[in-house]
Amino acid sequence: MTPDPVFLLSAIIFLPAIGALILSLFNPKSEDGMRSFANIIAGATFVLTLLAWFGFDPAKAEMQMSVSVPWIKSWNINYQLGADGISMPLVLLTSLISWLALAASTSIKKHIKGYLILFLLLETGMLGVFLSLDFFLFYIFWEVMLLPMYFLIGIWGGERREYAAIKFFLYTLVGSVLMLIAMLMLYFDGGRTFDILRLQEIGQGRIDGLSYTQFVQITAFILLFIGFAIKVPVFPFHTWLPDAHVQAPTPISMILAGVLLKMGGYGIMRIAFPICPVGAYYAAHVLVVLAVTSIIYGAFAALAQTDFKRLVAYSSVSHMGYVLLGIAVWKLTDGAAGEESKQYWNMGMQAAMFQMLAHGISSPGMFFMVGVIYDRVHHRDLNKFGGLMGLMPLYGGLAVGLFFAGLGLPGMCGFIGEVFSVLSSWNFSKVYAIIAASGVILTAGYILWAVQRVFLGAEYKGPHPEAITPLTWNEALIGSVLLALCIIMGVFPNLVFHQMQASVSLLVDNLYSAKSLGTSALTTLLSR
Amino acid sequence: MTLTQLLNNLTADTLGSLQPFAPELCVVGTILVLLFVRLFDCDRWLPGSLVAMVGTVLALGFSVYQFRQFGNGTLEPQTLFTGLLIFDPFTVFFRIFLLLFLAFVVYLTIITGIPDSEDAPDFYTLILGSTLGMLLMVSANHLLMVFLAIEMTSVPSYAMVGFLKGRRAASEAALKYVVYGAGAAGVMLFGISLLAGLLGTASFPELAPALMEVQREGFSLANPTVRTLALGVLMVLAGIGFKLSLFPFHFWAPDVFEGASAEVGGFLSVASKGAAFALLIRFLLALAGGPGAVAGGAQSLTMQMGIGLALIAVVTTTFGNLAAYGQTNVKRMLAYSTIAHAGYMLMAVGAFALMLNAPLTETFTLTARSEAAAQCVQGLLYYLVVYFFMNLGVFAIVAFVRNAKFSENLGDFSGLVRQSPVLAICLLVCVFSLIGLPPFGGFFGKFMVFFSVLAASKVHWVMWVVLVMGLFNTVLSLFYYLRLLKHAFIDEPAADSRPVRAELTSDSGCYALLVSLPVILLGVAVEPISRVAEDVARWLLQA
Repeated sequence: MTPDPVFLLSAIIFLPAIGALILSLFNPKSEDGMRSFANIIAGATFVLTLLAWFGFDPAKAEMQMSVSVPWIKSWNINYQLGADGISMPLVLLTSLISWLALAASTSIKKHIKGYLILFLLLETGMLGVFLSLDFFLFYIFWEVMLLPMYFLIGIWGGERREYAAIKFFLYTLVGSVLMLIAMLMLYFDGGRTFDILRLQEIGQGRIDGLSYTQFVQITAFILLFIGFAIKVPVFPFHTWLPDAHVQAPTPISMILAGVLLKMGGYGIMRIAFPICPVGAYYAAHVLVVLAVTSIIYGAFAALAQTDFKRLVAYSSVSHMGYVLLGIAVWKLTDGAAGEESKQYWNMGMQAAMFQMLAHGISSPGMFFMVGVIYDRVHHRDLNKFGGLMGLMPLYGGLAVGLFFAGLGLPGMCGFIGEVFSVLSSWNFSKVYAIIAASGVILTAGYILWAVQRVFLGAEYKGPHPEAITPLTWNEALIGSVLLALCIIMGVFPNLVFHQMQASVSLLVDNLYSAKSLGTSALTTLLSR
Repeated sequence: MTLTQLLNNLTADTLGSLQPFAPELCVVGTILVLLFVRLFDCDRWLPGSLVAMVGTVLALGFSVYQFRQFGNGTLEPQTLFTGLLIFDPFTVFFRIFLLLFLAFVVYLTIITGIPDSEDAPDFYTLILGSTLGMLLMVSANHLLMVFLAIEMTSVPSYAMVGFLKGRRAASEAALKYVVYGAGAAGVMLFGISLLAGLLGTASFPELAPALMEVQREGFSLANPTVRTLALGVLMVLAGIGFKLSLFPFHFWAPDVFEGASAEVGGFLSVASKGAAFALLIRFLLALAGGPGAVAGGAQSLTMQMGIGLALIAVVTTTFGNLAAYGQTNVKRMLAYSTIAHAGYMLMAVGAFALMLNAPLTETFTLTARSEAAAQCVQGLLYYLVVYFFMNLGVFAIVAFVRNAKFSENLGDFSGLVRQSPVLAICLLVCVFSLIGLPPFGGFFGKFMVFFSVLAASKVHWVMWVVLVMGLFNTVLSLFYYLRLLKHAFIDEPAADSRPVRAELTSDSGCYALLVSLPVILLGVAVEPISRVAEDVARWLLQA
């Protein structure tokens, strides 16, 4: 019943690119035609990912729909695709957020043709990253995103768009250059293969006669981690994010927050940890510290903002910290306690995945809501809002709902990820768990304060009060879809956990056994 | 051996050499036709561009035929003209590279009309003459040929740089080029005489054995013979480095590129670099004595050279990228960019030299070593092929914009995408490829080069530094390349500027597409050219 995976997965990745090609043939004057065409393409891509999801069996932990076609034979590079419980939900998220962001692009007025073409190319890059299982292919898609993103921020962004665009480009390129070094090292020492699954096996010491030395493991892990941490973004590497998110046009901010940040987390889960478990284990403590710092730092920074969009941007730094926290709480103990800490780590990983998805829904929602009001009154100064709840009741309701989802209100999506992530860190270190948990209070602080300043109060205090009009049906639809997903994920978290449970547990098992296998291997390495 | 025998041998050898030499002969014939066309005033009805094009395509045809003969084994590598030239797949690969590039440049000059019909035969005579020198460079098998070929390449290019008569910048550039070129040639000739004098031979295949003889007396700089030899090698490298515009022999490049027309700049930046790299590979191979040579003094010499070249490569790249940052003239910026790219390619050469005589171990066998060395050459060749298209593409677009605006500053590119989307998008493709981002060809070139550097880092740790610096440079180069794109895509055109008109269907639009499509293709369908490069590199290191 399911179509051939080669065809299906390739179609998911390349349909937007083909759409972009066709768009380039359109007459630049037929703006409506181009908009609806791009919408159809993005919608069709979403339907295709749904189709892939129907053919996906969440009970199976291994890769499904695997595809491997030789691409560059002399370098052993394959066109290798596949999906498992870790990538499948992210693929769905990507195509959904892309579609919604494209639908939210009505505020884009200039050079619409170029905008749509670049947007669709961006979607191809994002989907490719999540679906590729060949490190080389992964890298290519990773880089392919840069080009459209640079122009999308640089041409359609806010007043400091050029600065923000080049900053984004530069940071990401530094990260990917580091990733390239690691990739070359792993390729060279791993018997010339880029197959991520095989590299994982080599890294976990499950292949006889082929292993990475401790030096390679640690170096490659550091390089890979920095490369992905820039994308997440983790605390010292986050400074591109406020600029890029704030300067980007609303739909692109949605994509940035909803999808691009998840690539960092995905990369850590798919590549950095499984391929370099030794390096990851050694770094676990540092990673937890970085995660906790991100949570607290992001929250404090958000508290200090007066720009509405910047506040949401910093909230992303804080929320993505929980993702890293969940991934990093890897603690080895012997005996029965070992089994227990494995369970905790498993919980942390699941929480990280859940938090990525939750943030992938709530954060675009928040950005969209900021964009809606910015389109009307053309400012984002938190101190010059107020009383919007009375003026735009529907907007106020949706926005407050989405902000509460971001806050982590029980019953909404943000709660589940944060709570499990913090719970799992308790086993790792009680101190960090307490600090991370206190981040929740700060989050509540800045979000409630923002809600109070923007939506509550007696009257609107800023410029252009006449421009405040009710939501269009298009905006209302996008907002309600996002809010509905937030509530569903919060009330029935098992819907989401069910998709990824098997794969995440397998990953944790593998890494645990790699390490326990590796304890002997490790001692031999150390004694060498 | 009597005189008759000697003469007979010579005749047989010369006649036998003529057939493999066909492409060069074809170029020579074309030059003669061009001169006669000029002499008998036929250039009114027989345009020089046409003659040059036909001659080039014919020579290209011969080369392709020869390449196929090598491919199916009907032709074996051989030396020509009593060992002065060598004829092997490596030679033929570069012949095709150079002649194809010549054809592209000639086509470009037809579109932009840079030599007017009056001057056309002169211009094409010069450009063909220069290419002839390059063809000899890539097949040189003797130190004397090295010098002759480099001079033959250089002298016509001096004239081409100053071809825009009456432009002060062009004349100044030509003069600078001549002075630097003459100096470099002098140094190189001195180096050659030192080498030939001390080793008693100037023939490439005999260099390595002669070096081995010297090594018996102990290979250290305390030995005066070795010292002089090292000096000689260094001087020859200086001459080649001048052609490659390597730091510290790069000073001519920015002025020459700024003064010369973009067409000539494109020609010099790709063709003469390609030929010089081929020559450098051959020279290193001659010093090392082929992949099978045993460890010894010569080994340490080539290894030291490899480390030295790699470090020069790092400095060259870094310098080129940093200096390009402040430029406002696009051609000058591109000059620094070509310096940087020469550096990237030199990294592969450095890795190659390091690999050639690396000490063998149990796991690092002779085969593994020559495989590794071949991989370095493969990376270099692939990079060159991509560089061919991406650099030509950028220079061609500069030429088209110049034809519309009569200047070549960054500001002239403002809003290019509004005026001529096709040129702007082709510029985008070429520039992103120059940065080295996938899915464009430049990325794969860089990938292969950096891979060979990484492989060489197992032999000597210094290559780690080279690898990291090389990748760091990719980030550095981002600034100025993106500045060009920012002008073309983000900025609005100046209100009073003349618009660039190049539709998709116009000559210039088609040309830009023709050049930038291979850049994309080389990034998507990597296999064919990478396989050819691999085969050529293997053939080179078989002997």
